Amino acid sequence: MGPLIKLIVLNMVVYAILKFMVPNIPGSAPLPASLVFLYMMLTTSGFVIFATVSAESKEAFWGPIQRFLTGEGGGGLQALRYGVLILFPLLVGWQTYNSTAVSDAPPSENRTIHPAPPGEYTGLSNPISKTPDAIQQGKGFYAAFCSPCHGGNFDGKGPASRGFNPPPANFSDPTTIAMLQESYLFWRIKKGGVGLPIEGMPWKSAMPRWEVELPDEWIWKIILGEYDGAHQAPRTWE
Amino acid sequence: MRHQGGWIQRLLQTGSDHGGTLSMLVLAAGLLSLPALAFGADATPAAPTEYRDIPYVGSRNVIWVVAQLHLLLAGFVLGVPIFAWLCEVVAWKTGEKRYDKLAKEFTKLLTSAYATTALFGGILLFLLISFYPKLMNYLTDIFFPSFIVYCLLFLVETATLYLYWYGWDTMQDGGKKKFHILLGFLLNFFAFFIMIVPNSWATFQASPVVLAEGSDIARAWAATWNPTWWPVNIHRIIANVVLGGYICGAYAGIRYLSARNTEERDHYDWMGYVGNFIGVFGLLSLPFAGYWLMREVYQYNQQMGITLMGGFLSWLFILQAMLIGVLFLGSNYYFWMGITYRIPGSEMKYRKPMLAMLIALLLCLAVWMTPHSLVASMEEARKMGGSHHPLLGVFGVMSAKMTVANLMILVTFMSFIMYWRAGKQETAGWAKVAKAIMGGILALSAIAVIVLGVWGYFVPAIIRINYFSTTQVLVVIGVMVTITPLTALLLKSAKTTTEMVWGKMPPRAGYALVLNAVMVILLMTLMGYARSSSRVHWHVYGVLRDTSPYAYSPALGSAAAIMALCTFFFCMLVAFIFWVATMGDKAKAPSASTKGELPHGMPALAGASSALDEPKARKF
Repeated sequence: MGPLIKLIVLNMVVYAILKFMVPNIPGSAPLPASLVFLYMMLTTSGFVIFATVSAESKEAFWGPIQRFLTGEGGGGLQALRYGVLILFPLLVGWQTYNSTAVSDAPPSENRTIHPAPPGEYTGLSNPISKTPDAIQQGKGFYAAFCSPCHGGNFDGKGPASRGFNPPPANFSDPTTIAMLQESYLFWRIKKGGVGLPIEGMPWKSAMPRWEVELPDEWIWKIILGEYDGAHQAPRTWE
Repeated sequence: MRHQGGWIQRLLQTGSDHGGTLSMLVLAAGLLSLPALAFGADATPAAPTEYRDIPYVGSRNVIWVVAQLHLLLAGFVLGVPIFAWLCEVVAWKTGEKRYDKLAKEFTKLLTSAYATTALFGGILLFLLISFYPKLMNYLTDIFFPSFIVYCLLFLVETATLYLYWYGWDTMQDGGKKKFHILLGFLLNFFAFFIMIVPNSWATFQASPVVLAEGSDIARAWAATWNPTWWPVNIHRIIANVVLGGYICGAYAGIRYLSARNTEERDHYDWMGYVGNFIGVFGLLSLPFAGYWLMREVYQYNQQMGITLMGGFLSWLFILQAMLIGVLFLGSNYYFWMGITYRIPGSEMKYRKPMLAMLIALLLCLAVWMTPHSLVASMEEARKMGGSHHPLLGVFGVMSAKMTVANLMILVTFMSFIMYWRAGKQETAGWAKVAKAIMGGILALSAIAVIVLGVWGYFVPAIIRINYFSTTQVLVVIGVMVTITPLTALLLKSAKTTTEMVWGKMPPRAGYALVLNAVMVILLMTLMGYARSSSRVHWHVYGVLRDTSPYAYSPALGSAAAIMALCTFFFCMLVAFIFWVATMGDKAKAPSASTKGELPHGMPALAGASSALDEPKARKF
């Protein structure tokens, strides 16, 4: 099998893995096209690097392509060569048309998930001591106000979660609240979706503005309850 | 006077012609009231100008481009003397003249670039004073003493550089050489302070501290010692070495491609190798410095940290991953080509390890480039249940990024070790044991890095940041400081089976060196923008607000266009500087060295690329 054929086969295998195998792993989901493209680009780049690392391998990989394109020693393939020379610009044109043509599909989401909090909310520390009572109270408030969306198991799968896109945050995921300081959560709970800054618009958050219903003390207790219930710890510097 | 009289006459005539008595009265009143404007101005002085602008281009864009060019030039000018001096020391200690020649060639580039750097510094200063008088007034008020220190440093640095360069040939022997080496040391010593003094101004803008009342010196000193000053100092000095190394590599690459005789090809092939080695050497430690800087930024201000790493600037770090990835791949590619072309017959022996390293690098890069929040259509996001992929989303956070960055450093280090050992046969009796120990260290280290990375998901962030990430870094440094002397010891008694031959690299090796330089320039423009825009709408974060019409962050596409423009301008500037610097060489070159000396009759750049890269061509 020539190196060019190997490259095509390798890309097909990688594509099949990303498109059909990874999504079927339990707990997984289909990959967006941007990620599939990225991984296939890496595969192709890696192949080209390896194929051109020595004169012999470069000749085996690039030689046939060069000879085909220049017509050197392969006159019988002239019709095919002209075919490629016509087809290639057409493919580029088709790709350009697809990327610029007006479409009825909604635009890709490119929102900023973690916007920076306003200055007055940075560096705040939880004024409530982390006692079993406070945690228990916080969990009670959480059950009453937060769990319908964020779930009784802190996994973002509350009974109302199905109605939201994007879904409510999964606190048990170590890449969510474990990455943030308590002051950040305080701001997000207190100000809700409407309090998000304009950076990275458009925002899509159905989080209520809890400051109109809950006193600050309750919010701080909810934060204690959330971290404890999700088995996570807030980001600190001490 | 006559001219004025005629003008008034015509004006009166116009008025009478149209019968505009009223308009004439208004005009006369206006003329008579002109002096009153001056009195009025005296009575209520105008507010000081805060900003000035330039039409069409915009003052911010001009400052952006000029500041970035100055910074890139400064990086080159401060980075190159470090390894130029080291090369000179090596030449002095070992007696190998080629290192002295190399050091001199580096310094030659330096002298031409130095004047341009100073020129851009001057332009930047004038533009800042003109466009941002309020900010400059504020900074001058705080940093006035360090401005004076900076000027003095510039004077001594310039004098030292002139002595170092112009005294090169005269100070070659005995005590004079020692004095020349001392000059080289002083050059670097002053250069270091020239770098850290302005760093204090820029870092104060990003992380200002409360300034108590006191003398000018006390206030300047307090402002200088701001939280990000030393992290930026360390990060920049390493980045300057990387930039200098890769640019010198690119210079060598271009000279290699345009070489007209075998001697030139040999020399510039070797110079390209040294440039790439220096670049890689710096690159291995750069992520550690970057991590420390970001940690300090987070600790200084959570808002700024989130803006950079999780907020609207977070996409810059995906671009950063891509550029660093290309740099790692490009540098390793160059090493691997060095093995196959410079050490004849070693291709098959090292092909499998190269493939394994390449796969490891690509897997790491895939993880590094996977964002936490993915670019997805509405339909794709719905299928994923949000913008995070439930499985691959774990690659999007720091624990994964740190792990793969460390692994890539390990692989690149091993790539260098493989290059070092290629073509040699160990003869020491303990060679097998040593190799087994090295293999064991490497395997255990890789496992330790991965285990710590995975474990990092299950511990509080502070444990991961303070202990796990630090341990990962220490493990990798441990590998380097263990394997490097062990290899050196092993190779001391080794037998050379295949002599390394220079000047046999294919043209794409030269292009790879140029690509690496472009990548590192792009990387610096990208991170320069990230550092600067993390202040968002503040000139001095939280203290002096930007009230100009440009107090907004540009869209990433617009920012990327300016970064590309800066990169292009810088490449053009460097090309011009190098062209000027080598103009004399061409004139001095003996006419006997013609293209006919090359096996293929012409340089690679002139169209002999394919001829120089045929498998048979290696046998000439």
